[in-house]
Parts: sequence; structure tokens; C-alpha cells
Amino acid sequence: MKNSAKDVIRIGVFICDCGSNIAGYLEMKELVEYAKTLPNVAFVQENLYTCSEGGINEIKVAIPRENLNRVVVASCTPRTHEPLFMSACEEGGLNPYLFEMANIRDQCSWVHMREREAGTERAKVQIAMAVAKAAKLRELSRIQLSLSHRAMVIGGGVAGMSSALALGNMGYEVDLVEKKGRLGGILNELNMILPSNEPPENLVNSLVSRLQDHSKIAIHTESVVTKTEGYVGNFVATFQEKGVEQKIKCGAVIVAIGAQSLKPEGLFNYDGQKVITHLELESQFKAGTVNAKNVAIIQCVGSRCKERRYCSRICCMTAVKNAILLKEASPETKITIFYRDMQMYGVENEELFRKSKKLGVRYVTYDPERPPTFDGDSVSVYHLRMGRDIVTPVDLLVLSTPLIAQDDASEISTMLKVPINENGFFLEGHVKLKPLDFATDGVYLCGNARFPSTIREAISQGLGAASRAAGILSKEALFTSGIVADINPDTCCGCLGCVQVCPYGAINFIENRGVCQVNKVLCKGCGGCAATCPSGSARLDGFSNQQLYAQIEQAMAV
Amino acid sequence: MSESQFEPKIVGFLCNWCAYAGADLAGVSRLQYPPNLRTIRTLCSATVGPHQILKAFQKGADGVFVGG
Repeated sequence: MKNSAKDVIRIGVFICDCGSNIAGYLEMKELVEYAKTLPNVAFVQENLYTCSEGGINEIKVAIPRENLNRVVVASCTPRTHEPLFMSACEEGGLNPYLFEMANIRDQCSWVHMREREAGTERAKVQIAMAVAKAAKLRELSRIQLSLSHRAMVIGGGVAGMSSALALGNMGYEVDLVEKKGRLGGILNELNMILPSNEPPENLVNSLVSRLQDHSKIAIHTESVVTKTEGYVGNFVATFQEKGVEQKIKCGAVIVAIGAQSLKPEGLFNYDGQKVITHLELESQFKAGTVNAKNVAIIQCVGSRCKERRYCSRICCMTAVKNAILLKEASPETKITIFYRDMQMYGVENEELFRKSKKLGVRYVTYDPERPPTFDGDSVSVYHLRMGRDIVTPVDLLVLSTPLIAQDDASEISTMLKVPINENGFFLEGHVKLKPLDFATDGVYLCGNARFPSTIREAISQGLGAASRAAGILSKEALFTSGIVADINPDTCCGCLGCVQVCPYGAINFIENRGVCQVNKVLCKGCGGCAATCPSGSARLDGFSNQQLYAQIEQAMAV
Repeated sequence: MSESQFEPKIVGFLCNWCAYAGADLAGVSRLQYPPNLRTIRTLCSATVGPHQILKAFQKGADGVFVGG
């Protein structure tokens, strides 16, 4: 291929109206005329939506027609649209790295909505900066990598089991790693599951038997993952299976470690006998040992408070479910639910709520400032409507405690380099755009590890995470980004400054030649080496000094 | 130039993964700020060395903002 840097530079500038998002606040005609005056610009076009099929097509046809060797799009943010425009360039016959964006929406028209003139001036500068950088861009190439088509699922609860089974059914080999002795997670501790009131064993046994019979799925119980290395497509995980160390290669990892129920130590004289949690009530149900005649249930115990500000989502429906089961077993049992707000969303939950009221379950609201108290025989609470305390005799007190993060969540977070929030739940890459992905490529999440969810939600998320992982596993090969560092071996003096700053361990010192070298597969393009290198030998392609200087000069030129 | 007419030019180096995303979020949230900033996207604030900052001042920047 010809070295296009030596040819005459011909830049095409595409300026997007984004409907009225940009055109409503900036003088588009002025931007177009201004762009035409910039050095090396050969073609300028305004589009209603550059990212629409029509707009993309205009880029593709303009490249050969106008003989363009650089493309600049002035529109929204490269964080969402750069890949789309880069592939348009590629389809138009241009190396995708000969592309640059000017952000004139998110960082211009939307933040200067009441300053049309000054906003337009800023947009001009941002376009001039992008054009100046574009003139300095070089062709870059991506590196092709092989990958493992195997997946590892950490956690054998309902989310992890659903995920593993879905991947196995798609034909991928799966290692399902569970720390306990049996699969099923928190389902193993439940009595009946909503909304159909069936025993959880039906679901667990069906999943377990399908997993066990599956030729693609290996189940590892009593196994703890101790180490993961590598990157998307090529992870190596080490785990201890019944005390024996195992190593597996996998292309994707799904985190499905679930959550645990809070033990309300120190609250309402919790003792596990007369004062219990819902999980303990459910095991009493199973054993058939419930015989209380006056039952009280208190909601939001240990949640929506100073220590845990979140709502655990599933406790309201659990309380109503168990109240109905108690009433159905013995209609004369008196049940009172003390609540702050009942969150019975959806058709089925609302139906259950009404059913419980019909059966005679009493609901009493309480003010979090004046919570109920328990003296061992009765619950007293300030009744908001009566304006005085009421006393309810109780021989069984059930506390609705939230699900909290697993004890090993933070360990796993550090191991996989994926974030957790202040409550220890795993944090997705983006609430809406990447709800089951982590920001780290190749690692996914589902179920209670992410946030308290119903069984149905955990299954959906497990299936979703499996299909996200399959998006990687189904690929023949992976490509790295072209934006990686490079070290000029002729000028490198081997000072190891770059080796010390590289956070990814991507730079090696080649002893016999006395120089440093970048492993382009591990490099993430942060540019720390380039900023550190005292001899200017390290360069980050796509963000080189020359390119940044060109932008800085233009930023000040107007 | 009198004080009231002074409009500083500020060069902002913004890390793609945090500060640049924050600047985008300011837009999505329609937060309004004075148009004196010119943003340069980097893949990490580590890309920004003394050379870039000094270059900006040399070329007449009144302020440099490194967000990362």
C-alpha cells in the first residue's frame, strides 16, 4: 500500500446536525464554510444524521469519489460513535485509523445551549483541532489473536446454572465452579418459590440433571477460584477443587457468585428461635415445625438505613408469600406485617398482596424515625393514623432482612479487576448499554452478585450473560486495537522507565539488545510509556506528541 | 484589555474512560458551562506529560485542565 502520509492530504469533513440537537444551537452554515477554509480540507458536507444509513453511505461513497485520505466527523462523542464511523471508512476503502472526530454535541451544543455565537466559535475550534490532528494520522493495523472457545462460570446458583447450561447448549465447553458441595445456591434454602408456589427442588433438580448429563459442561463443586490471568479470549484461571489445584484456559468469565441473607445480629433481640429471618422461617416450613399463633413480620430490617441505603427488592414479596402460606396452613393464625412501603410491583405481586389482605393479614405502616420495638412478648409501634402506640402480642417475630454481598465479592473483584459498589455488589459496565458486561472485556455478570433479584430475573440475566459471552466465544479470532505504543529500538537507551510505569506489564526489556519492547497484545494504549520516555523513543500511535501538539496549536489559534 | 473582557482559553486533556465521559455526561445532563474550554481526548491521563502541558502554555493557554 502507498504511504498515504507522503501523498497530498485530502481531508473530508462531515458535519452532523443530529436533527436539532446540534443544528438547533449552533450556526451550521458557518461551521461548513469555516471547515472549507481549513488546511488540507478537500470536501465538506453537512448531514442531518451522519450516523444514519444515508449518512454512513455518504462517507463511504465520498472517500473514493473525492479521493479522500482522511475523514473527520463533527458530531457526537467518539465514546459511542467512533467504531461506527471507523467501519464506514474501512468500507469506503480507507484505513480506519485515518479517522478523527470532533465532539460538537455532548461537549458543545448541549453545554452551550444559551450561547449560540460562543458555542459556534468553540465548535469551529474543535473542528479545526480534529482536522489538524487528522492531517498527522498514520495508518495503523490491528493484530489478530487466537482465542479459547471455553467459558468459566463462577457460582452454581440459579443464575450461574442457567448461564452454564445456555452456553453448553450453544456448543461451548463450560467449567461451572461452585464453592459449596452442591449446586443450587440460595434456592436450596427456600421452601416455596413465587409466583407458582412450587418447591425449589423442582427447578434445582431439573437444572442440575441437565447440567450433569451435558457432555460440554464440567461441574466443579467445593472449588474456589484463586487466580485469573490473561485477557479477553485468553484467560487462565487457577482454582482449588477439593484441595487439588486445577488450571483452565477460557475465553470468557461469568461472575454469578450470588448474595447472602443478612443475619440481623443485635436487632430486635434476634436469636434464631423466637426471632428469625425469612430463610429460617422457610426451613421451619420445610421441617413442618411452625406452630406460632401470633406472627409479626417487620420489613426493612437492616436495609434502607444508614449502613445499607439500598432496598433489597425481594423482601416485600417474600414476606407476603410467607404470610399467605402461614394463613393457608392455619387460618386462625394472626399475622401483622409492619412496613415502611410495600413494593409489590407487577401483576402477580399485586395479586398476591390483595390475596393476603383477603386472607386477613394485617398491614401496619411504621415511621422509620419511630420504628417498632420488641420486648420478647409483643411488638409496640407508633401508629401513624391513630397517633399513639399500639401493642401486638407476638410468639414468632420474622425479620425481613436484605440480601447482602458475598464475603468473597471483594476478593473476586480484585482478582478479575472488575469493580464493586459501596455495598459490595458488582458494578456493570453501563446501566443501560452494558447491563450484563463489565467494563473489562470478556467478563460478565448476572444474578444476585449484581443486585438482589427474583429467581426469574436471575435466570434471564444468566441467559443474557451467556449470550454476551457467546458474542466473544463465537468469534474465529479477536483483533486488538490499533492504538498501541511502540518503542523505537534505535533510540531506546534501555532505562526501563517505561517498564516501571506500564500498568499492564506490556513492556519487556530485551537484555541482549539493551532495549525495551512493547507487547502489543497486552498494551491498552494508555500512553504512560510515551509520557515517561526521556528519549522520546516510546510513541503511542493515534495519540502521538505530533498529533497532540497539532491539536494544542489549533486550540490556541483562534 | 480590561478585566471584564478577559476570556481565558483553557485546554482540557480528558481521559477517555472517566473525565471525557464526564464531559459527555455534562452534555447529556444539559449542564451549562462557559465556552472557554477546548477539549483534547486521550486514552488515559498518563498520555499527558509535561511536554503537552508546557506546549499549551507556550501557545498561549491561560489554563490547562488534566482530567483523569
